[in-house]
Amino acid sequence: MQCLICDQEIIVEHNWTNFLWPALPKNLCADCEDKFSYIDSLRCDICARDGISGVCQDCKAWQVNKHTLAKNEAVFRYNAHIQACIARWKYRGDYELGHIFKDAWCNHFQKTYAKQLKDYIIVPIPLSKEREKERGFNQAEMLAQFLSPHIHLILERSHSEKQSKKSKRARLSSKNPFHLRKTIKKPVILVDDIYTTGITLRHAAHILIEHGTPVVYSYTLIR
Amino acid sequence: MHSEPFHIQAKHMLRYAGKRLLRSEIPLSHHHFQSALRQQYFQPINPFKKSLFRTTCNRCGNQKQSLLGTIPCKRCNREHKYCRKCIQMGRVLECEPLYEWIGPEPVRTKWMNPLAWEGTLTSLQEEASHQVIETVQGKQREILVWAVCGAGKTELLFSGIAQALQLGQRICIATPRADVVRELLPRFQKAFPHVSVEGLYGGSSEKSGHSQLILATTHQLLRFHQAFDCMVIDEVDAFPYHHDPMLPYVVSRAVKSTHALIYLTATPRQDLIKRVVSRELPVQFIPRRFHGYPLPVPQLTLSPTLAKTLKQKQTPNAFEKWLQTRNHPQRQLLIFVPTISLLHDLEAPIRALLLSLGVITQPNAFQTVHADDATREEKVLHFRRGDIQVLLTTTILERGVTFPSIDVFIIDAGHTVFDEAALIQIAGRAGRSKTDPDGEVIYLHTGKTRAMILAVRSIKKMNQKGGF
Repeated sequence: MQCLICDQEIIVEHNWTNFLWPALPKNLCADCEDKFSYIDSLRCDICARDGISGVCQDCKAWQVNKHTLAKNEAVFRYNAHIQACIARWKYRGDYELGHIFKDAWCNHFQKTYAKQLKDYIIVPIPLSKEREKERGFNQAEMLAQFLSPHIHLILERSHSEKQSKKSKRARLSSKNPFHLRKTIKKPVILVDDIYTTGITLRHAAHILIEHGTPVVYSYTLIR
Repeated sequence: MHSEPFHIQAKHMLRYAGKRLLRSEIPLSHHHFQSALRQQYFQPINPFKKSLFRTTCNRCGNQKQSLLGTIPCKRCNREHKYCRKCIQMGRVLECEPLYEWIGPEPVRTKWMNPLAWEGTLTSLQEEASHQVIETVQGKQREILVWAVCGAGKTELLFSGIAQALQLGQRICIATPRADVVRELLPRFQKAFPHVSVEGLYGGSSEKSGHSQLILATTHQLLRFHQAFDCMVIDEVDAFPYHHDPMLPYVVSRAVKSTHALIYLTATPRQDLIKRVVSRELPVQFIPRRFHGYPLPVPQLTLSPTLAKTLKQKQTPNAFEKWLQTRNHPQRQLLIFVPTISLLHDLEAPIRALLLSLGVITQPNAFQTVHADDATREEKVLHFRRGDIQVLLTTTILERGVTFPSIDVFIIDAGHTVFDEAALIQIAGRAGRSKTDPDGEVIYLHTGKTRAMILAVRSIKKMNQKGGF
């Protein structure tokens, strides 16, 4: 098996554990795996921002205005390595590269939402039709499918400029681009690749709550 | 406006002739592009070549299974292959053809006297230059110019390229390293002031590639197809050219069916040497540097406890001893280490040592540089200017860079990254200027390797050939 990032052969070290219990094949070499950094327990209680105890300033401001997103969970810290991976996966469109996140993504979900909630519905953040044609796939949908084969594509998005090209102010003042295909009366977990300002997820959550969803959580790869 | 068909213009010919492109690399509107297709200016090419056992990407030649991905494509709603190998230059999808220009070829200018360079060549350079001209004229198909580090390879190309421009040919000077493109570009622009010279590398501001004379990294040739009459490959043995089968593939595709091919290097690999020995490939030696002094011969220093010292993140004793007994302590110093992690480990101890011995007086007169360093170009520039006295580096500075007066020290020269070519190239950094034509080169090792012995032997042989 080759590493999906650097294409080096992955050499499995032999020890008694994997002699007795064959290890699952890996798709990342140790060097590439070490460069990822995980979010630990010292984080904002709401949005999972790194290195903050209690609630961060941004979330306090959000709570005053609109009380939409109950909580966000995230796996990785944003660093140069994951930035390069995301650029290649999402913007260059290297679909297969998304599989490197699968293990960490599913494990973290098992430790968090899977324990805390039951009877929830997973909804990936959609791309606009135009953007989906351009990229060939939706990265949030790929992540959602790792968690469960039953995902609900109930949101639609109108075409606008890429979020990553906008300033923070422009993002915060942007119009809600989502509309709903179907109402849902169960707790919803929104799935996206990255939580930056949180505006995208909050827009989506707002629409859902307006139409009677009791509570909306979110799960992202990176914070 | 909308119903207007595609009208061919000179700029289209210049831009698209000799290219093989993705649809996204052709900035024409849908309507115009369809019209151009109907008028047969572009020809669609299958993105993948499929045979019974393997699939080949028709842009980069990749056949490796692990680098051919599968995507559930939302454009065509089918699951199919895409190429992961050349994805940095845009994605090749199975459901989207590549396009080649089959319209009329642009007329290239036949320059009367393009060369403004007025320097003189040594007699050896003169001879090689003559050979290059003959190759351009088509008297022989290819030539290897085997010139020692610091022989003045760039200058001997000038009259050959002037000849090609007089014949109205399209020329590419390709090299595996972006640093080399950046270094050569201003020199060529000065030598050919009226010709438009374009430099293509990852992150370069120009990208269109329509000039008659192009300097490019070998990666950028991915977009070309039967474009060049004359191809010069500088540093043909450098990483990653000999390492990555894609690069020779794209070079062979970028030249026209009749073409002149000129290889330049100080350290040819076995495959080229074999062809030289069997007289298949003509060769021109330049065993003497332009300033007429011999190459510095490396000195091998044994340090049996080196591995342990490095593990404890300490500086080797032999290094300290050498620093105290250097013949020319005013020279700048370039220290090579095999890996980035060792570079980080040794940064602090070496700085402390240099300060305590008085080699440097300011802590920031010592710097480190490696491939992922964002300020790499800046640091190299500061070192060249003399603002930095000592520079610790990985093999990225092994070739293509010139510093006037330095000593070179390799820590752990027995590591596999230092093969024969790398060791010769590193030794070739010393003694590059007329005013200080010598320099010390030390290989610190835990036991001689074959690469070290071969490197020293090869340097001595070149000196012998040069008449020393």
